[in-house]
Amino acid sequence: MFRKSITAAVIALALAPAGALAAGGAGYVEDVDFSFEGPFGTFDKYQLQRGFQVYQEVCAGCHGLKYLAFRDLGRSDGPAFPAEQIKAIAASYTIIDDESEDGERPGLPSDLFPGNDAAGAPDLTLMAKARAGFHGPSGLLVNQLFKGIGGPEYIYSLLTHYNGEEEEVGGSLLYGNDTMSGGWISMAQPLYGDDVEFAVYAADGTAAEYEGYTPPEPTMEQLSEDVAAFLMWAAEPALVERKEAGFRNLVFVIILAVLLFYTNKKLWAPIKRKEEA
Amino acid sequence: MAGIPHEHYEPKSGPEKWLHRRLPILSIAYDTLMIPTPKNLNWMWIWGIVLTVCLVLQIVTGIALVMHYSPHVDHAFASVEHIMRDVNGGWLLRYAHQNGAMLFFAAVYLHIFRGLYYGSYKEPREITWIIGILIYLAMMATAFMGYVLPWGQMSFWGATVITNLFSALPLIGEPLVEWLWGGFAVDNALLNRFFSLHYLLPFVILGLVVVHIWAFHTTGNNNPTGVEVRRDSIDIAKKDTVPFWPYFVIKDLFALAVILAIFVVIVFFMPNFLGHPDNYIEANALATPAHIVPEWYFLPFYAILRAITFDILFIDSKLGGVLAMFGAIVVMALVPWLDTSRVRSGRYRPQFKWWFWIFVFNFFVLMWCGSQPAEGLVPTISLIGTIYWFGYFLVILPLLGITEKPQPQPETIEADFDTHYPPKTSATPAE
Repeated sequence: MFRKSITAAVIALALAPAGALAAGGAGYVEDVDFSFEGPFGTFDKYQLQRGFQVYQEVCAGCHGLKYLAFRDLGRSDGPAFPAEQIKAIAASYTIIDDESEDGERPGLPSDLFPGNDAAGAPDLTLMAKARAGFHGPSGLLVNQLFKGIGGPEYIYSLLTHYNGEEEEVGGSLLYGNDTMSGGWISMAQPLYGDDVEFAVYAADGTAAEYEGYTPPEPTMEQLSEDVAAFLMWAAEPALVERKEAGFRNLVFVIILAVLLFYTNKKLWAPIKRKEEA
Repeated sequence: MAGIPHEHYEPKSGPEKWLHRRLPILSIAYDTLMIPTPKNLNWMWIWGIVLTVCLVLQIVTGIALVMHYSPHVDHAFASVEHIMRDVNGGWLLRYAHQNGAMLFFAAVYLHIFRGLYYGSYKEPREITWIIGILIYLAMMATAFMGYVLPWGQMSFWGATVITNLFSALPLIGEPLVEWLWGGFAVDNALLNRFFSLHYLLPFVILGLVVVHIWAFHTTGNNNPTGVEVRRDSIDIAKKDTVPFWPYFVIKDLFALAVILAIFVVIVFFMPNFLGHPDNYIEANALATPAHIVPEWYFLPFYAILRAITFDILFIDSKLGGVLAMFGAIVVMALVPWLDTSRVRSGRYRPQFKWWFWIFVFNFFVLMWCGSQPAEGLVPTISLIGTIYWFGYFLVILPLLGITEKPQPQPETIEADFDTHYPPKTSATPAE
């Protein structure tokens, strides 16, 4: 009887991928080759600066970044905005502060970005970690080992895969999107290309053209990729620091393992009669 | 300490003698560290050390995290992000703690499978086994409550699903759940008590670990042959054993370094791979995630919980699922009395081996089932897996001991060791 059960289990397992595909649900996600992927990946500061600009000029209308501090924009492994620039960015936001005279004041670099749920839009600070782009095969998540979890890819795909359909449900308009699960999203297509005029900065505050850098054409794909990269950085500002620490730790542990391997071998040799006691 | 005869601690210097008369602490440390250990232990005997290190890692990182965490529904999620961004090395503390829990469970499963294969639960090690199961249960409770603390979507909905299980109990179910919640929903009261218990239980585990070690230091370690160490005299015992220090301490430290290398790769390069993206969304009682799943280490039991989709007599499917889930661990706890074979090690049990490896395979099938939406073939596979889980402990192990013809076991541990590492005849002068 049990053998039969096992046979059934094995057969069922073999058939399972078909079932999982039929269950479906997750939308189309395109794999993007981001600079910060893999153990050696780092952020491209110009891309983060461009992405921040997209956030500030387009997304910030409805979305907040309430867990991110302005000062983090100066991280040398992040967007590396010059200090003066950060002060100006912070000051352009109004911060609610009960201790100030009017109950509010201009932002300081030490403040967090304000939240923004006026339009019911989700906060974007952690969005790049709150979505998975890749699940397969059969929900085993094995492809995440090669492609990454796929949060920024999800954001990129969502922004670039509006299909132009519209539907009115209960008095509100929904927009067709091939990435959104269910296929409908309440956010209208935010990026079309040329939405932003890129201006980027070198560490000393001069325009980055002096470093021999010119910004790319602001196509819809470019804008989407840049803002997705920026949101990944916003979700994990310590990403590069973490990987660098990882290599130091790994080297240390491997050396320790090698030393212990030979210590152990030497120690056991007489017991295992591999050498004279 | 009872058990295998060996040389005991003798205080030599004046201060040692002074201390020994008043508190034999050095004697206990010496006997614990120098315990005679079967010299044929293989690499599956390293998990105890790994688990001990995990417990210490979790307690140390946990104590540091508590210094920055805020157990209030309005602040918990933000305080975790504060740890990740503003606390020096906070991201490391938090990722090490989160993935440390996973290493803890990976190691405990390998440790349990080791015990099941080599019959480590059999007479006279039943108490060690039972204490081990209690440790495992305490680990599950601790991990579950810890997962609730960041107050993400999966924290909240996981807590909702699991605490609701108690409502399946007849009569007392509903009041019990309200008592657990401290209210009429999963809210601040629950977060606070989970935080309190999450801090307490690791120290309960620590106490249980001491008893676990005490128990198997009394019986002596099992070993891959399942043959007991000879106890006729110190000299004879020495033929089968080597002292724990330095032989197994160094061996275990080497294994630990290798495991830590893997751990470092996960913590520093893919810390979110084994987590769930939904837990980076703050808890929202008004938005249910499309698919509520526990962490991977609970998936097999989650699959068993969901496998019962039908009523059995007066037991409805929900209560049936809860009973099956807890029953799955109860039958495992009872295995010392369910396994009728007098041969301890699976190495000499030709039929048992097959059933054992199917059991391991089944564990992973159930894990996969637990991760999938309960639709299509998943409930059927889960049910088959659940039947096998119970069948293994309640039918196969009791019957196998009677029907199976075991292979010959080595006379002694020394004999087993000598077949692997034969004495060099030429290099053996007249003794």
